[in-house]
Amino acid sequence: MTERRTGTRPSILKPGHTFASVTDKISSIVLTKKTPAFWWIGFFVSFLFWMLFLGAVCYLFARGVGIWGINVPVAWGFDIINFVWWIGIGHAGTLISAILLLLHQQWRTSINRFAEAMTLFAVAQAGMFPILHLGRPWLAYYLIPYPNTMALWPQWRSPLIWDVFAVSTYATVSLLFWYVGLIPDMATLRDRAKRKGFQILYGMIALGWRGSAMHWHRYETAYLLLAGLATPLVISVHTVVSFDFAVGIIPGWHATIFPPYFVAGAIYAGFAMVLLLAIPLRKAYGLQDFITSRHLQNMAKIMLATGLIVGYGYVIEAFMGWYSADKYEQYAIWNRMTGPYKHYYWSLILCNILSPQLLWFEKVRRSPLALWLLALVVSIGMWLERFVIIVTSLHRDFLPSSWGMYSGTIWDWSLFLGTIGFFLALVFLFIRFLPMISIFEMRSLVPEAEVAGEPAASRVVPETPS
Amino acid sequence: MSQENRSLPIHPGGESPKYWRSLEELAGTPEFERFLRGESSEEILAEATGLDRRDLFKFLGVSFALAGLTACTRQPAEKIVPYVRQPEEVIPGGKPLFFATSMTLSGRATGLLIESHTGRPTKAEGNPLHPASLGASDFFAQASLYGLYDPDRSQTLTYLDEIRPWPAFLGAMRLALEAERPSRGAGLRFLTETVCSPTLVAQMEDIAREFPAAKWISWEPVNRDAAFAGARSFFGVDADVLPRVDRAEVILSLGADFLACGPGHLKHARDFAARRRELAAGGPGVRLYVVESSASVTGANADHRRPTRASEMDAFVNALAGALGGSGVAGGGSAFANDPFVTALVRDLSAHRGKSLVLAGETESPAAHALAHAMNAALNNWGETIFAIDPIEVKPGSQLTDLSQLVKDMNAGRVSTLVMLGGNPVYNAPADLNFAAALEKVKLRVHQSLYQDETSVACHWHVPAAHYLESWSDARAFDGTASIVQPLIAPLYDGKSAHEVLAAFSPSPERSGYELVRATWQKQMKGDFESSWRKALHDGVIGGTAFAPRAAKPAIAKANPAEITSEPLEEPPSRERPAPSAPSSSLEIVFRLDPKIYDGRFANNGWLQELPHPITKLTWDNAALVSLATAERLGLRKEDLVDLTYRGASVRAPVWIEPGLPDNSVTVYLGYGRTRAGHFGNGSGFDAYRIRPSTTPWWGSGVELAKTGERRELACTQLHQNMEGRELVRAATVEEFRRNPKFVYEHEKPLAPEMTLYPHYPSDTYAWGMAIDLNSCIGCNACVVACQAENNIPIVGKDQVHRGREMQWLRIDHYYGGDPANPQHFYQPIPCMHCEKAPCEQVCPVAATVHSAEGLNDMVYNRCVGTKYCSNNCPYKVRHFNFYHYSTQFRAPSMKMLANPDVTVRWRGVMEKCTYCVQRITSAKIDADIGNRRVRDGEITPACAQACPAQAIVFGDLADGESRVSKLRRDPRNYPLLEELGTRPRTTYLGALRNPNPALKVAVSTEFPSTELDRETGQK
Amino acid sequence: MSAPHPVERGDLYGLVAEFESPSVLVEAARRAREAGYRSMDAYSPFPIHELTHALELPKTKLPLLVLAGGVIGCAAALLMQWFSAVIHYPLNVAGKPLASWPSFIPITFELTILFAAFAAVFGMIGMNGLPMPYHPIFNASHFALASRDRFFLCIEAKDPLFDLERTAKFLESLGATVVSEVEE
Repeated sequence: MTERRTGTRPSILKPGHTFASVTDKISSIVLTKKTPAFWWIGFFVSFLFWMLFLGAVCYLFARGVGIWGINVPVAWGFDIINFVWWIGIGHAGTLISAILLLLHQQWRTSINRFAEAMTLFAVAQAGMFPILHLGRPWLAYYLIPYPNTMALWPQWRSPLIWDVFAVSTYATVSLLFWYVGLIPDMATLRDRAKRKGFQILYGMIALGWRGSAMHWHRYETAYLLLAGLATPLVISVHTVVSFDFAVGIIPGWHATIFPPYFVAGAIYAGFAMVLLLAIPLRKAYGLQDFITSRHLQNMAKIMLATGLIVGYGYVIEAFMGWYSADKYEQYAIWNRMTGPYKHYYWSLILCNILSPQLLWFEKVRRSPLALWLLALVVSIGMWLERFVIIVTSLHRDFLPSSWGMYSGTIWDWSLFLGTIGFFLALVFLFIRFLPMISIFEMRSLVPEAEVAGEPAASRVVPETPS
Repeated sequence: MSQENRSLPIHPGGESPKYWRSLEELAGTPEFERFLRGESSEEILAEATGLDRRDLFKFLGVSFALAGLTACTRQPAEKIVPYVRQPEEVIPGGKPLFFATSMTLSGRATGLLIESHTGRPTKAEGNPLHPASLGASDFFAQASLYGLYDPDRSQTLTYLDEIRPWPAFLGAMRLALEAERPSRGAGLRFLTETVCSPTLVAQMEDIAREFPAAKWISWEPVNRDAAFAGARSFFGVDADVLPRVDRAEVILSLGADFLACGPGHLKHARDFAARRRELAAGGPGVRLYVVESSASVTGANADHRRPTRASEMDAFVNALAGALGGSGVAGGGSAFANDPFVTALVRDLSAHRGKSLVLAGETESPAAHALAHAMNAALNNWGETIFAIDPIEVKPGSQLTDLSQLVKDMNAGRVSTLVMLGGNPVYNAPADLNFAAALEKVKLRVHQSLYQDETSVACHWHVPAAHYLESWSDARAFDGTASIVQPLIAPLYDGKSAHEVLAAFSPSPERSGYELVRATWQKQMKGDFESSWRKALHDGVIGGTAFAPRAAKPAIAKANPAEITSEPLEEPPSRERPAPSAPSSSLEIVFRLDPKIYDGRFANNGWLQELPHPITKLTWDNAALVSLATAERLGLRKEDLVDLTYRGASVRAPVWIEPGLPDNSVTVYLGYGRTRAGHFGNGSGFDAYRIRPSTTPWWGSGVELAKTGERRELACTQLHQNMEGRELVRAATVEEFRRNPKFVYEHEKPLAPEMTLYPHYPSDTYAWGMAIDLNSCIGCNACVVACQAENNIPIVGKDQVHRGREMQWLRIDHYYGGDPANPQHFYQPIPCMHCEKAPCEQVCPVAATVHSAEGLNDMVYNRCVGTKYCSNNCPYKVRHFNFYHYSTQFRAPSMKMLANPDVTVRWRGVMEKCTYCVQRITSAKIDADIGNRRVRDGEITPACAQACPAQAIVFGDLADGESRVSKLRRDPRNYPLLEELGTRPRTTYLGALRNPNPALKVAVSTEFPSTELDRETGQK
Repeated sequence: MSAPHPVERGDLYGLVAEFESPSVLVEAARRAREAGYRSMDAYSPFPIHELTHALELPKTKLPLLVLAGGVIGCAAALLMQWFSAVIHYPLNVAGKPLASWPSFIPITFELTILFAAFAAVFGMIGMNGLPMPYHPIFNASHFALASRDRFFLCIEAKDPLFDLERTAKFLESLGATVVSEVEE
């Protein structure tokens, strides 16, 4: 049982709200007829970038990966950088909805829905790159184990095949988790929708949910179990992603610190992205009552914590490079700091290690604008981190004779910006057609939801089975 | 066009037509596009100005006639043999046949065996019976196949750009001859390249008999004028010299690049490598001193290399000759007299009388050659390590003098008919002769050549030449050995050989090359002609035709340098010879043949253009090379564009830094900057001929270098030639080796076999392995092109190389060591290591690269999806990826015939790499199975090993303890590359040995300081 | 409050009482249970645990199902990898053992999670008998508010103690704002 949140600290739900007000406020955003102008503008812009993405992909398939800047020795570039970046961003959603649930953090309630949506959309972006980066994408199905006359199977020792399973599992489970969370709210929309079409649409998605006590009972068990499953899963996913590098023998990749430090980095980047989305959204839709300054501060604190873990990762990486007494490792680290890509390395340190230190100050944590800017800086920093890990390790490995340089081409950039447009377009569609905050969970936060002196704190958390 | 398109070798894939049916199509005019699209001729007429219907039909007629022509030229109709009755020996799609022939370059033949698949030549190998090959081959021979199928080759006989049939040409020549007859040919001139073909000489003699006043001139930008002049002043008669590297223990090369090019270089390399291996075996071995004013492969292999400014070369040689003193060589005391290097060198040479050898390069002065001869005399080397023979060339005079005379005659209007057989004088004659202008004054100009080149367009008649693989001829090797050149395929484009063109000026113009060559040898061959003829064709050599060495011991009296230098040498306006005290800060320019595309004749040969320069590793370009100190003094960085002005002429060249050049000296390579070479040759590099004067063909002082502030990106395949203190190439002096035979493991222990967590996969049948002796390898690049030819490796073009996407499966890494002012060079060929614990295999998600039972690291193209993870995880970076559909170049009709049918042509998006020539392994295993036996050692030779003149690469079965490769594995010098990674490579290396003169106290060092060289040239 | 008009017994599903707050509903449920009613169900806009006790609902079997799913996924993954790498097409890859167990772990883990998650979600949906587009309770007046701010208790007609009159009175006595009949 968590203690009551009242008084001193800002609450997680502005007082004065009732079941009805909560329900109406959130569902109205979806059910309203007229779409606000900023939505149209935002969607249009991101849609343009989405089209840019499609263009870049068409040209890619027509000509081949040669349109990118990759070469030998740097055979991975923006493709894998973006893959890791997007996957990392996805992690915050699962973390908020699963881990914070298990930790009885009720403040998660108002942000988990769109955090999960963000996860899905980010994973969707990430999931495309393993296919796009192939020399022969039309053969991507070779990566799937299916019985065939040649008796050819995937090669289970390759981290890339682990990726295939990890990412697809992650995408599936996140989708299920998200959908399960949506069912009761779909019922609400079904019951409140005016137009026949929407009633039928939402009705079908709601599967005929009627909120029976027994259903709620099983529902919560399932939800809790899913959370329990998603938690190790989310950690495993970025661990596996980090194996892409840690399992390789390239100096700068072959490090045991990678799994924990990748996971921390993922959460770090994820929360940055949540803030990037949440702060404008609550403003635009006047959701300050639900996504209160307290939410923002908690997320800021988590960013600070994970940021420090990531910083620790960098330090250990450098230390181990030196301590290993391996001349290649030592050179790889030294090359990162002083080589031709040193600017990337030091700006990454600035973005990911130094600037987040501002979060020690409550003044900063209380200012949405400052938080938003910091989140932006961190997102850039995390992209730089992947660039540094991939490019600076590859471009100078064992034989100086094969050393080379790398830089992205116009097509690398189009694809990268394109995925951002794709992502944002999906986000806009989501906030227009689905409740971006979990209505039924918000209801359980309304004070009158309390029964017989039991705090609302653990509404969505069943007491330990007895 | 986006840069990707530029980057891809457009020809012979991309948009420009391979075969054009009309000038319009070649020009790609919109009218013609629409015509192709079948729009009505009215519309086209409406726009195509001044073309009425009648003309249109004429033009269509010609177009289609030509279309038909191109269609049937690959195999002349009457020669096509349907396999209803299968020709003897030919097994369609089965085993290739090999035919002996010879390739001639600058008047010296190299014997070859050409692999022929059902009538199409695909690969050149050396002819073991031929003295200039001994089974090895150079990259010129390897790449000549590409030259044969080059779609840019001239395909039609033209008169002023109009197509003409062969008989029309013959008729025209008849008329011209009749016009010449009264003056007995006074206005008739023949201009050939250096000729060593007895048949051609015979033809010339016939013509001379008919037209005594006619003149025959030979010209090649690389010639032996200086050598002959030197020989004349030493022997008093013309002579060629025949060095015997295998007998020399101390060799001094005065600018002679005898290991990499020039007469007999393959044999010299073979002998030199053998003596280097002797060092390891405890024999006397060899010590090589190189004194040169530029950078050469021979210099890179020297035990002692002395960069010397070209302007000081003669003084150096004088001083050396003087110091050697003794029998007749009287001293020319100079600045170098008490130079420790000279002292040590002299002592070393004198200590090896009769076992030493002094060689002067073709780029040195006649005096240097004469003095070299004199020194050999002083050292009693004549008849021991060096022999004099009759000149191989029929006209051993001074080509430059003859050419100057020809230009004078043309300008004076004394030349009415000029027939040029091969060559490209308009492009490569000395600039100040202004050959092109003089040519204008000739009434009838005929040019026979492989391409419609700079000279062709300046002529009336252009005759497409037949490639040497398409024609009958004969030639002589560096030692005089004669061999027959027999065609492997009917002329692809109705090309005519020099013999057939010359025949046009003889009473019987229709005689074929075949008849002519047979006629020549019918006179000379003893006994039953048919059988000896067949034997000659089969062996590729004609026995007993080597020239007998002259009676040794020339007149020492004439060997007095004083006389030699004072005596007027027959050479053009005497080259000014600045005293050694010339201001060493004044910049001098040194001209050298390009080590890839030679004098420019191979400018359109993709394989050679993309071949990395043996030292700078530049491709697709030439550059102005300067030393580190000079670059610093002039504030130059790699890729800076500078204007080089010499004697009023000027070219714009990108700078490249080459440590080890003499300071204040710029080296430029000839052969680039072609304007009519073809898709690849045109516009790549700059034309150094434009500033090359006739007076001093190989160098000149007082060149002005002006920075332009611009830069030009150069495509270099090895941006970093510094070993960074990593033990990649392991080398030691002979002394160190004797002290510690296991010097390769000086700093680390060998990795014990049991030091692994993984199971051992015993090889049930064979265990293929390769050993590369770094002590033998001279870095000549022959293996690289051989590999490219054998394995259908595409070329990718400058832009792609610049992006680091070159495809050569086998690369030769080059590293500097020691003193940046005069570094030591180390070569290391890098094929796939075929690791037993291969990092690439573990990370492939689809099992596209896996291990065979015989230990090969197999690449399964069909299964590869192109994640590129294997390349990332390969510590040796030997994997190459098809970023684009590079193999489209094999779609051009002619290039299709180039491809080796035994090797898959790879698709876009597929990874590829060295396979140890698995196709050769397999066919050998099939033979063995048929014979119910194991494959014998030496039965399988990968393309690289087969081409290697130094025999540095040995391939074989490690399961057989007695195989050569197993023995080398047990050699104390044997070590795997990056052994500490535990990849267990099947390819291992043998440490290099150097044999420095103890007196000079030079240690072998692979350490190299970080310098300007390491600056990132902005590879995309 | 008027007596409910009569309907034929056959097509009566039950009586639905509508409440204002969760506390009242829980109390009502407990009282109904004490009164001996068994076949009844409560409907709320959000989960109310007290209700589970008040109605003494049985513990769900879902966790067992999820466990089974996980075990199956784990076994399937290991089997697939072992069979394909060792039996079906053994290949020497990087000189590693055919059965490289450590490399098999990640996929085994992922598939375990995947199958377990499927079991959890589809198990829940299935046990709840969803999707069920039609249910008599939807006929109850104001039931649309069950997904907003109203709380319902339904005593079904099939309950042996069910009697239209008495049950209706009983429900009203529990503080229901409205009591209405629901037809099949």
